[in-house]
Amino acid sequence: MLELTPKPAIDAPDQTIGTVTIAQNTGVALASVAARKGQLAACEKTLNTRLGAVPQVGKAVSGKVETGFWTGAEQWMISAPEDSHEDLAEQWKRVLGAAASVTEQSGGWVVFDVSGANMPAMCELLCSVPIRKMETGDVQRTMIHQLGCFVICCDAGKHIRILGPRASALSLHHALTAAATSVA
Amino acid sequence: MIIDHPLLGPRDSSEFTYLGDARLIDRPDPDGGDAAAAFYQYAYLRDNPAGWHRELWFHEAGDRSWLVVTRNTLTHEISKVELASDVARAQGRSK
Repeated sequence: MLELTPKPAIDAPDQTIGTVTIAQNTGVALASVAARKGQLAACEKTLNTRLGAVPQVGKAVSGKVETGFWTGAEQWMISAPEDSHEDLAEQWKRVLGAAASVTEQSGGWVVFDVSGANMPAMCELLCSVPIRKMETGDVQRTMIHQLGCFVICCDAGKHIRILGPRASALSLHHALTAAATSVA
Repeated sequence: MIIDHPLLGPRDSSEFTYLGDARLIDRPDPDGGDAAAAFYQYAYLRDNPAGWHRELWFHEAGDRSWLVVTRNTLTHEISKVELASDVARAQGRSK
């Protein structure tokens, strides 16, 4: 049997520019969950069970394996390790049934982990999120070089995760490396 | 211009796109007897007030919510920001 692994969004090795490291994270499975009309309570119950809490506005909640963050009113994005949760959307759909619309998102996004001492300065060049005020677990959707991206604060002041449109992965990567070079 | 989003707090207006008069929420009944006249009115005839105006904005680079923003077209002062879904529900639409 052939050992098959999905092709990453872009062929770029991890890069450290100055103090900032930009690394594509190919190991994240994603699924979006949107509560259907009048089914918020049922969705919140499932979120509570699987994550330990319901992600509030602009926040992420990390469960034992899965992480969820708020993306809009009555909508959340769920992430988990790709290795163990390739069928993440199906798993959630099985539990939620008609209470929510669950959509596979892994193929739609590219995930970059950006870390290092100069990360806040770099982030300020890229987008308008108040990076120095963000606490660990804060999430904001924003525009980076005309691309709608999520910026997740994984470790305040040190590490952010950026989810951007996969079809524009190379453009986003270019934006990140250019900003990192500017602050290096 | 800063729009004070009801859920997310103050956000720059560059994150939003503008649709127009908030009366666009009140779509006429296509099965009504005067549907043609009502849709003509709905699609083409709008006030263009110099002053307070209720308008629809879309938070495109944010949580993708529709908002009803009450804005003074002379000064750009914003007096009220509501979720369009709340406004529609208050009128008895949806649930």
